[in-house]
Amino acid sequence: MLATLLLALSLSLHAATTLEQFKFDTQRQTDDFRELLGQMRCLVCQNESLAASNADLAQDLREELYEQVASGKSKQDVIDFMVARYGDFVLYKPPLRPSTYLIWFGPILLFVIGAVVLARILRRQTSLPEPTLSEEDRKRAEALLESTDSDTQSS
Amino acid sequence: MKRSMKFLLPLAVFLGIAVFLYRGLSIDPHAIPSPLIDKPLPPFELPLLNQPDKTLSNRDLLGKVYLLNVWATWCISCRAEHPTLVALARSQQVDLYGIDWKDDDAAATVWLNQLGDPFQAVMVDKKGRTAIDLGVYGAPETFLVDKKGVVRKKYAGALTPSLLNDEILPLVRQLRTES
Amino acid sequence: MIPEIGNFSLIVALSLAILLAVFPLWGSLNNRYRWMRMARPLAVGLFVFMAISFGCLVASFLNDDFSVLYVATNGNSKLPLMYKISAVWGAHEGSLLLWAFLLSGWTLAIAMFSRSLPLQMVARVLSVMAFVAIGFLLFMLITSNPFERIFPAPLEGRDLNPLLQDPGLAIHPPMLYMGYVGFAVAFGFAIAALIGGKLDAAWARWSRPWTTVAWVFLTGGIGLGSWWAYDELGWGGWWFWDPVENASFMPWLVGTALIHSLAVTEKRGAFKSWTVLLAIATFSLSLLGTFLVRSGVLNSVHAFASDPARGVFILVFLCLVVGGSLALYAWRAPSVSSGGTFGLLSRETFLLVNNLLLSVVAAMVLFGTLAPLIYEAMGWGKISVGFPWFNRMFVILTPLLAVAIGVGPMSRWKHNDPKWLFAQLRNALIVTAIIAVISLLPWVNQGHLLVSLGLVLAAWIVASHVENLRLRIRNRRGIQAVWQDLRNGSRSYYGMWLAHIGVAAFIIGITGVTNFEIERDLRMAPGQKAEMAGYEFVFEGVVKSMGPNYEADRGRVSIYQDGEKIGVLEPEKRVYFSQAKPMTEAAIDITWSRDLYVSLGEPLGNGEWALRLYYKPFVRWIWAAAILMALGGLLSVSDRRYRILRRKVSVRIGAEARA
Repeated sequence: MLATLLLALSLSLHAATTLEQFKFDTQRQTDDFRELLGQMRCLVCQNESLAASNADLAQDLREELYEQVASGKSKQDVIDFMVARYGDFVLYKPPLRPSTYLIWFGPILLFVIGAVVLARILRRQTSLPEPTLSEEDRKRAEALLESTDSDTQSS
Repeated sequence: MKRSMKFLLPLAVFLGIAVFLYRGLSIDPHAIPSPLIDKPLPPFELPLLNQPDKTLSNRDLLGKVYLLNVWATWCISCRAEHPTLVALARSQQVDLYGIDWKDDDAAATVWLNQLGDPFQAVMVDKKGRTAIDLGVYGAPETFLVDKKGVVRKKYAGALTPSLLNDEILPLVRQLRTES
Repeated sequence: MIPEIGNFSLIVALSLAILLAVFPLWGSLNNRYRWMRMARPLAVGLFVFMAISFGCLVASFLNDDFSVLYVATNGNSKLPLMYKISAVWGAHEGSLLLWAFLLSGWTLAIAMFSRSLPLQMVARVLSVMAFVAIGFLLFMLITSNPFERIFPAPLEGRDLNPLLQDPGLAIHPPMLYMGYVGFAVAFGFAIAALIGGKLDAAWARWSRPWTTVAWVFLTGGIGLGSWWAYDELGWGGWWFWDPVENASFMPWLVGTALIHSLAVTEKRGAFKSWTVLLAIATFSLSLLGTFLVRSGVLNSVHAFASDPARGVFILVFLCLVVGGSLALYAWRAPSVSSGGTFGLLSRETFLLVNNLLLSVVAAMVLFGTLAPLIYEAMGWGKISVGFPWFNRMFVILTPLLAVAIGVGPMSRWKHNDPKWLFAQLRNALIVTAIIAVISLLPWVNQGHLLVSLGLVLAAWIVASHVENLRLRIRNRRGIQAVWQDLRNGSRSYYGMWLAHIGVAAFIIGITGVTNFEIERDLRMAPGQKAEMAGYEFVFEGVVKSMGPNYEADRGRVSIYQDGEKIGVLEPEKRVYFSQAKPMTEAAIDITWSRDLYVSLGEPLGNGEWALRLYYKPFVRWIWAAAILMALGGLLSVSDRRYRILRRKVSVRIGAEARA
C-alpha cells in the first residue's frame, strides 16, 4: 500500500520543466547542456532524466551543471563530476571501461553466435540428401495435385 | 548425443536468468551505493546554524571518528530517525555532526529545541552544494568518517537502533583503535 | 455484496481451471474420450465466472464503492465514466484480473472455433491455457486480491493517476494484454504438439491464425503505448527503452519471428523445432514481462507496486511454466523429424536469417534490460543501461533485417538461381542506388549519415515490394486480378505486403524524427512571437478553465506559416483535485509530414510563461507504421485458406453421413 503511494508520487506528475532560464554564450554550450541533462538520471525520481524531473535535487543539479558548462567545462568534465559523486548509475549511457566491456561488446557476441548458428544450419541443410518418394506416395501426390484448385502463386 | 545437448541450451539459459531474477528480488533497485567509500570526505566549509560568522570545515574534524548526518525539517524520515540520534548522543559513544540541508534556520532551531539536539555542531547547507558533493540524494543520510577524514560507510535512510548496535558502533570502536 | 460475488467467482473460476488443467490433459494421454470432452464446457464455465468477477469489479468502480480497497486507491466519484472503467486495470490487482479475464476469453475462443481440430489437440491446448490461468488466479487470491475490503471505507477515492486519464492509456493495457495472452494460445499449441510428438504442417496451419491475431493486438498495444507517451508526458518522447517497454517489445520481436517461422513450417514442413521454441519463447517473454513489472526488481516508470513477496510467487510460476516447457522441449524436440531440405539461396534461408536476426535483437534487448541487475547481483557495481546504449545497438543490428525484408518475398521456396533472383531484384536495386546517391547529398541528409541509411533501407523495402507486386500483376492480367485476389484470393500476400511497407514507414518515421527534430525552450509574454522551422508561434496568454475533476491554466498559441494562420494550440497545466502536483497536457498540431508540439511550463511572473516548442517531422509515420503492420496481419488472417478448410470438412462429413 505504502509502496503504491510512493510509486504514485514518484511517477512523473510533472509540469514541463523548461530550460529557458539557462542561457549560454554559445550554441555549443546550449547543446552540450541539454544533452548532458538528457543523458543523466535524476537520483530522486529515478525514472526521469535530469532534464525532465521536477525534484528539488534535480533543480539543484541543473543549476550546478549550468554553472559548470557556462564556465567552460567540457561535457566529459561534467560527467566526471557527477560520476564522482553519484557513481555510474547516474549515467544512462554505461561508460566504456574494462568492467563494462561485456555490455558494449556483448551484442556483437550475440550477433556472431547467430551467424554461427545460421552457418551451421545451412551447411547441414545443403549436405542432407533429398527425400525420395516411394512409388505409391508419388502416385498419391500426383492425384492430390490434380484434384485441388490451382492457386499456383501462393505466397 | 551431441544433437540433443543443444536442445537443453534454452533451458540452461533460462535457469541462469532465473537465478539472477531471484537474486534481484533481494536487491533494492533504487539504492545507490556511494562512490565515496574509502575515499576522503569531499572538502567543505559551512556556516553553523544561527552563527553565520562561524564555520566548520572537514579539516576541523580530522583526528576523530564521527558520524555526519544530513537532515532537514521537511524530511519525514528524519523526524522518525531523530529519537535514535538523540539517544545515541546521550550514550556518548560517538560524536554526531549535522548538516541541515536546504532548510529554514528558524524551523530548524525550533525543531532541535523541541526534539533535542544530538549534534556536536549543526552546519547549514542552504544551496545544497555540499550535499551534491557528498552525493546525497535523499535525506536522511549518514556518513561514518574515520580519523583521517576518509569515508568508511554511508547509510541512506533513517538509522535504526539495531543498525547502530550491530554494525555502526562496533565499526566505530574498531576505527578508534586505528592511528 | 458485489465484491463478495466477484471474489467468489474467482474461486469458482480457479476450481474450474484446475479441472480443465487436469482432466482433459490426462484424458488426452490415456485416450479417455469423456474426459477430453469436458474441455470445452469447462472452458465456457471458466469464462463465465471470470466475466462475472470482472463485471463485479467494474460495477464496484461505477458504484463508487470505496469499501473495496482497490476502488478506494484508484477510483474517485468525480472521475469521468470512461476512466472509472479504465481504472479497473489502472493498477496491479485489477490489471491481473484483466489478464486472467482475457485469458479465459481466448480459452473460450479456442473452445468455440476449433471444430476442425482433433479433440486430443484441443484438450491439450485448453489444459495448458488453464494451467496458466491457475497461476494468475492463485496469484490474485493469495497475494493481490482486487476485492479486498477496507474498513472503515473512506468517503472519497484517491483517484486514478491523472497520467492514466487519457483515452490512449485506457485502451493500451487491454490491447497489450490481448497480445500477451494471445501468445498463450501459440504456446498451448506448441506444448500440445510436443506432448503428442506430432509437429507437422497441419499443426502449423492451425496455430497460424491465432498467433497472427495475438501479434496484431501486441503491435497495436505497443503502438498505442508509444503514442500515449508522446501525447501525454510533455517531452515529445515516444520510446525510452524503459524496462517495461522492453518487456513488451521482446515478445513482439520473437512473436514476429514466430509468425514467419510458422509460415515455413506450414508450407515446407521445415523449422519445426525452431517454431516450437519460438512459441515457447514468445509466451515466456510475456510472462517475464509480468514478472519485471510487478516484482520491483528493476527501475521502471511503469512498474506497479513492487513487492518482493509477490515477486517470489511470479518467479516460481515462471520457473514452472517456462522451465517446464523448455524441459519438455529438450526432451521431445530431438525426436521431431526435420522437414524439407532447402538450398542456400532459398526463401527458407532468408526467413531463417529473419528469425535469427529478430532473435538476436530480442536477446540484445533482454541483455540490456537485465544487465544492471546482473552487474549488481555479481557485485560489479551499479550501472544504468539506458536509451543511448539501446539506440546504438538497435541501429547496428537492424539494417540487415531491412535488407532481408526486401529479398525474402521475391525469392522462391527451396531453391533460387542467383542470376534469376538478381534479375527479379534488378529494378529495385537500381531505384535504391539512385536514392542512395540522392540521400548522400548534404542538402538532403544535413550531414547525418543515419539519414542516408534510413532512406536507403526504406527505399529498398518499398522498391522491392512495388516491383514484386508489379511482377505479380503482370503475370496475372493486370489490376483486375489484384481486386480478384483481394476478394477471393491470397490475402495473405497483401497482408505481408502491407506489413512490410509498414516497416519502411517506421524507418522513415524514426529517421526523420530522430535526426531533424527541433526543440526550443522559451520565455514568452502574451503577444510575443517565436520562430521555429519556418513556422511562427504567437503566444496569446493563459486563462483559467475547469474540467470535470481538475482545474487548468490553458494557454493559447496561434501558428502561422507564410503569414497565414494554420492552427491554434491550447496546451494546459492541470491540477487535479485529488493530487497536489500539476500535470502537463501538451497541444499538438498534426499533419502527415510533421507535428508541432507545444507544452506549457511554469508561470514566470509579469504574465510571462515558460513554453516549450517542438518540431517533430514524420513522427506520425511511426504510429502509421504500427497501424499498417496490424492491418497487414488482419488481412493475412482473413485469407480464405483458413475458411476453406472448414467448408471442405463439413462437406465431407455431410457426404459420409448420407452414404
